[in-house]
Amino acid sequence: MTLKTLLAGTGIALALATGAFAQDQTKVGFVYVGPVGDGGWTYEHDQARQAVEAHFGDAVETVFVESVPEGPDAERVMTQMALQGADLIFTTSFGYMDATINVAERFPDVKFEHATGYKTAENVSAYNARFYEGRAIQGHIAGQMTESNIIGYIGSYPIPEVIQGINSAFLHAREVNPDVEFRIIWAYTWFDPAKEAEAASVLIEQGADVILQHTDSTAPQAAAQAAGNVVTFGQASDMAEFGPFPRVSSIIDDWAPYYIERTQAVIDGTWESSNVWHGIPEGMVAIGEITDAVPAEVKASAEAMIEAIRAGEYHPFTGPINYQDGSVWLEDGEVADDETLLGMNFYIEGLTGEIPQ
Amino acid sequence: MIRLEKRTAPSQFWTYAAPLLAVMLTMACGGLLFAALGKDPFVTIRTIFWDPLFSEFAWYYRPQLLIKAAPLVLIAIGLSFGFRAGVWNIGAEGQYILGAICGAAVGLAFYPTESVFILPLMIMAGALGGWAWAMIPGVLRVKFGTNEILVSLMLVYVAQNLLASMALGVMRNPDAMGFPGSRNLARYPSATSWINESAGLHWGVVFAFIAVIFAYITLSRHIFGFQVRLSGQSPRAARFAGVNPGLLVLICMGISGALAGLAGLFEVAGPSGLISIDFNAGYGFTAIIVAFLGRLHPVGILLAAGLMALTYIGGEIAQSNLRLPAAAIQVLQGMLLFFLLAVDVLTHYRVRIGTRRIA
Amino acid sequence: MDMSAINPVLLLASLMVAATPILLAAIGELVVERAGVLNLGVEGMMITGAVCGFIVTINAGSPLLGFAGAALGGAMVALVFGILTQVLLSNQVATGLALTLFGLGLAALLGQSYIGIKAPVIAKWPVPLLSDLPLIGPILFNHDPVVYLGILIIAAVWYFLTYSRAGLVLRAVGENHDAAHALGYHVVRVRLLAIMFGGACAGLGGAYLSLVRVPQWTEGLTAGAGWIALAIVVFASWRPWRLLLGAYLFGGVTVLQLNLQAAGFALPVAYLSMAPYLATILVLVMMRSGRAPGSLAQSFHASR
Repeated sequence: MTLKTLLAGTGIALALATGAFAQDQTKVGFVYVGPVGDGGWTYEHDQARQAVEAHFGDAVETVFVESVPEGPDAERVMTQMALQGADLIFTTSFGYMDATINVAERFPDVKFEHATGYKTAENVSAYNARFYEGRAIQGHIAGQMTESNIIGYIGSYPIPEVIQGINSAFLHAREVNPDVEFRIIWAYTWFDPAKEAEAASVLIEQGADVILQHTDSTAPQAAAQAAGNVVTFGQASDMAEFGPFPRVSSIIDDWAPYYIERTQAVIDGTWESSNVWHGIPEGMVAIGEITDAVPAEVKASAEAMIEAIRAGEYHPFTGPINYQDGSVWLEDGEVADDETLLGMNFYIEGLTGEIPQ
Repeated sequence: MIRLEKRTAPSQFWTYAAPLLAVMLTMACGGLLFAALGKDPFVTIRTIFWDPLFSEFAWYYRPQLLIKAAPLVLIAIGLSFGFRAGVWNIGAEGQYILGAICGAAVGLAFYPTESVFILPLMIMAGALGGWAWAMIPGVLRVKFGTNEILVSLMLVYVAQNLLASMALGVMRNPDAMGFPGSRNLARYPSATSWINESAGLHWGVVFAFIAVIFAYITLSRHIFGFQVRLSGQSPRAARFAGVNPGLLVLICMGISGALAGLAGLFEVAGPSGLISIDFNAGYGFTAIIVAFLGRLHPVGILLAAGLMALTYIGGEIAQSNLRLPAAAIQVLQGMLLFFLLAVDVLTHYRVRIGTRRIA
Repeated sequence: MDMSAINPVLLLASLMVAATPILLAAIGELVVERAGVLNLGVEGMMITGAVCGFIVTINAGSPLLGFAGAALGGAMVALVFGILTQVLLSNQVATGLALTLFGLGLAALLGQSYIGIKAPVIAKWPVPLLSDLPLIGPILFNHDPVVYLGILIIAAVWYFLTYSRAGLVLRAVGENHDAAHALGYHVVRVRLLAIMFGGACAGLGGAYLSLVRVPQWTEGLTAGAGWIALAIVVFASWRPWRLLLGAYLFGGVTVLQLNLQAAGFALPVAYLSMAPYLATILVLVMMRSGRAPGSLAQSFHASR
């Protein structure tokens, strides 16, 4: 009995202490779908969390829970963070969308930020990255690096984000090399090193000398390295350890600027619900160093393209672009609207094969 | 020399004391682990085992325990019949998935009609789906003598692939702009299994308690329970007692499959809400452990499922409040299971120290 | 669609590499199951081996030591399973599942500070003369040493089980532990050794992923390979050479599927991925020899 009261007493005292503490500190929660050690998606979100801590110092406290399955567990973790006084919660997987909306309804004073979804509410923002901008750069470099004119592409699942990437990369590879062909493999996984390695070797065997990947492990890099003459690009994280060759550049998910901006908004009391899709201009998509394995003029033109995108002068999906069957999607000079891109479920002209359903 | 001597009857004392011993051993070893990771062991242990039940926010966590434990109880109760009779269904995960797919299919087919008959139909479809999936290893064992452990395990992989194809294909939400995953059944009033969401109450919880009571009565009072126990202890004696072994296999597989299917259906129609690629979170496998931790006894299973749910929920709190890595929770759970399984030896065996006597 | 893009020689060669981690884990499990023990913790032992191998390689700088470390790490966690199931007579199914959970957590903890580091490259070991043979050379004799090691272990296990006395004892223990005990064999000792061998092989398989295939440490690296290994043992109906065939068939379906996709065929990927498991069930049903070892998954206690 005494032990029980004692324990309960300390529990309340502790809770009060943290509660009092939370008054002057802004508490930011992060819900991760994978382990922070996955070296890819979750790893990059956690890097951004650390950047938030570094930026704000003692003014902000961050908490996170990793490997949270989508569904009731995610909802519980979010609720728990909100109960413990979080002011802002980032939920970093598409599958958390409904859970985020549910929890947000119950905690109107807590702000939520959901990654890669499309639902928003009074206190729920959605944010996503225009990865296809980075894919355009990749396609631009890849089209000029390939000698066999075959580029291999490892897709994860046939969802709009991945299809945008394929189209964007293909468009810009064709632009610089009209003979280029894409071979696409759907791995049906985001992370399975053994399968990714197999997919990469299959593509290499079929003559691909550039491998683009939309899965998160470094296995394709290793397969390319073993093959010796195959070019790769880092995905999600920089994968610089495979540079300067085979990895000649990379797309990095850099969530830090956005996380810092949104945390600042909560501190200032200026946070408002929004639905943003940031890319190279805002720094959410970063292009990793283009190594010297890329010829200087290719590197220069790639950098020029990055600058044009950053300055808002160039949109990777600018017409004329046709659908796969040859009918017109975008007229000359026409720019794709975000709604079509977000729901993209078609290949553009020149790509062969079908998107699996 | 230390040796084990089989008890003629399980020790009453150790039946109750052994699990407590195991939990204490886990806390001790876990404490060492947490200390090694630079965390205060006492605070960490309290956070995991105490806070979900008695902390400031326990009003929220207690119902969550129900949500987390209900599928485990439902599946483990079903499995316990088979495990007692020597029928090893380890593919509950697959049956859970099939129950969810079949049940959700019914719900989605009716969308957006509102009717009181939709949920009952879904429940039937879910149970039937799980039952049918479990019948495959059952029938193959009876007809061809194949090993049901292996067949049921293989069918888990098949079910997982089926799930992925459903989430990306025919069950994909047409309003979700090409994203995988079905419509949210929890938002579909006629299909949801929620009774009261903030109380953590859904039909799965209700069915779990019914299953416990039903299993308790069957095992202790009914002839079928007697046959199950007899078959497990002595298959030969069971045959003399008039037990049809083939039928018993089918009934045991059927019960476990149907209950696993129900668990899947209640999960997809409530807490989880939708069919997605990663819908199954391992309940089917965890339930196997729960069944053994509960010593295959209905009440034991209830307690074991509660304990597992506690470590999951407490583990999440420890992660966010104390920055404990998720991996440390997994190790703690692993240790807890090891200790619980290990101490069971005390219930059934006497530990003798000394040289072997020749009897 | 371009079938000519598929090069059968390269396909077979990459198949041998792709099958190696599963093969290693499966041959270990085969011995364990032949001794009458069902260890469902292959995934946990594999990932423990993967992380141990990686840590040793990075610190000692030698992949050879790394693989030794992986085998040791795998054997150690397997020993935990062995003590629980053999000495303390816990249920094998439940203990194996617990081992998977434990191994995944332990590996993640151990590997925390090794994320983002690259392992040294392990060079190929072309077999002199043989690797110059047309066709067969590049398929069979131009691989890294672990690929050969995998096949050597299979040959050794086959010889051991078929021709050695110890192998006979092991099989006897697996078929009928009471009879083996009555004949004076140490059932528990034999099983403990088999379990440790299984753990060591699983560890090697995991290390092949973390040191050769990926080669990096990330959490969840094995991504279910251990479960496939379990399936292959059954598919092989507990025969070493059939295991080799099974691993190549399993790997073959995946590699062929990927090849067809890359060549432009639209495939129902999810349904194709089910095929190997359905085939395994079919094998179980059709082959009379597909009978599991008699004492599989049963606890043994010498009552007298």
